[in-house]
Amino acid sequence: MHTLDELIADAPVFAALGPGDLALIAGCAQNVGFEDGELIFREGEPADTFYLVRRGRVSLELHAPGRGGLVIDTIEPGEVVGWSWLFEPYVWHFDARATGPLRAIAFDGACLRGKCEDDKELGYELMKRFAQVMIDRLQHARVRLLDVYGGVGVG
Amino acid sequence: MTPVPHRVVSRGQETADTWTLELEPLGASGTHGIRPRAGQFDMLYAFGVGEVPISTSGDHDGDGPLTHTIRAVGAVTKALCALEPGAVAGVRGPFGTEWPLAETAGGDLVVVAGGIGLAPLRPAVRHALSHRDEYGAVSVLVGARTPQDLLFVPELEGWRSRLDVEVDVAVDAAAAGWHGRVGLVTTLIPGAVIEPARASALVCGPEVMMTFVVRALVERGVPLERIWVSMERNMRCAVGHCGHCQLGPTLICRDGAVFPAAAMTRLMEVREL
Repeated sequence: MHTLDELIADAPVFAALGPGDLALIAGCAQNVGFEDGELIFREGEPADTFYLVRRGRVSLELHAPGRGGLVIDTIEPGEVVGWSWLFEPYVWHFDARATGPLRAIAFDGACLRGKCEDDKELGYELMKRFAQVMIDRLQHARVRLLDVYGGVGVG
Repeated sequence: MTPVPHRVVSRGQETADTWTLELEPLGASGTHGIRPRAGQFDMLYAFGVGEVPISTSGDHDGDGPLTHTIRAVGAVTKALCALEPGAVAGVRGPFGTEWPLAETAGGDLVVVAGGIGLAPLRPAVRHALSHRDEYGAVSVLVGARTPQDLLFVPELEGWRSRLDVEVDVAVDAAAAGWHGRVGLVTTLIPGAVIEPARASALVCGPEVMMTFVVRALVERGVPLERIWVSMERNMRCAVGHCGHCQLGPTLICRDGAVFPAAAMTRLMEVREL
């Protein structure tokens, strides 16, 4: 059984942060659970929270009128869901839904933003780490634009 | 070099554009002498249209029909996929190199397939599962555009139901309600339950996908010299004579289609060849 502090310290996104920073982040965190299919957040709603997936999977969905929902990415254990809490206008750009039973750590983004304003070093450190998460997802999305399973279409 | 007439004995649709044909030699034409081994290909001839190389997707052992899974992307493959049971196609082969099944035994095995690339790898997976005690951990990682583009779904489900093999799937996009992973097939590699240093990898799919997969496998710690890829090129003669499938210093039909990745990674990254 791990404490919340230990789970946060083990997360790749918070790797090698000092104990003071980790304690500060843990002060904005709580364990949460979602049922299979439960909506975690909805596009357009205020983005005041982000999540660290502990067990289960999160689907990011886009909805187009007349076309239903489309799962555009999934988030796996150890990964974070949501960066909109860090950037204005602080609203979600996608829906997020639990795919199967989900255990996660929820972080109060508004609380953490305030702490980052007060502690610029921590703010810069978190900005770098979330920028890396965004870069990784952007790279994956760009490679998927290549239609890597499409083949060359000869013969 | 002359195609042997074969009759289509069954035709099964795998996805919207992919069919599996089972072929038996016509009685009067004699038997199909040598059956393709895992990784090898036959030249299939749609009479009056043309000929294409298609890897075997069936078993080498036994005396059942030849099995080829074909994606209808051009004139010849569309003609082949349209053949109904009883129709006749020509077969030349088998040609090419095999998956190094004996060489990969003894350690962990990770098989990475993208799109139609699962078809040439299916015989290798079947071999590993039927000789399960010769391998350590076995991991089968499959990528496809959408869940509807996945090949051999019942067989994948059968493999997944076993306790001694790991099967994981990633698709580029899916309708809401899909419970699997959405993302590149490379995202499955970090979580594969293998010991990378003692693992071998067999990879098949479009070259761009294999390039990213080989990089991810090496990053995970799988030795480059333990990775094999299956290359696809516009093969015509299949015996290294015509030069259509030349890639740098190699002729894919003669020297491949299965190659050590170390011999191919640089060539796969050259923009114009």
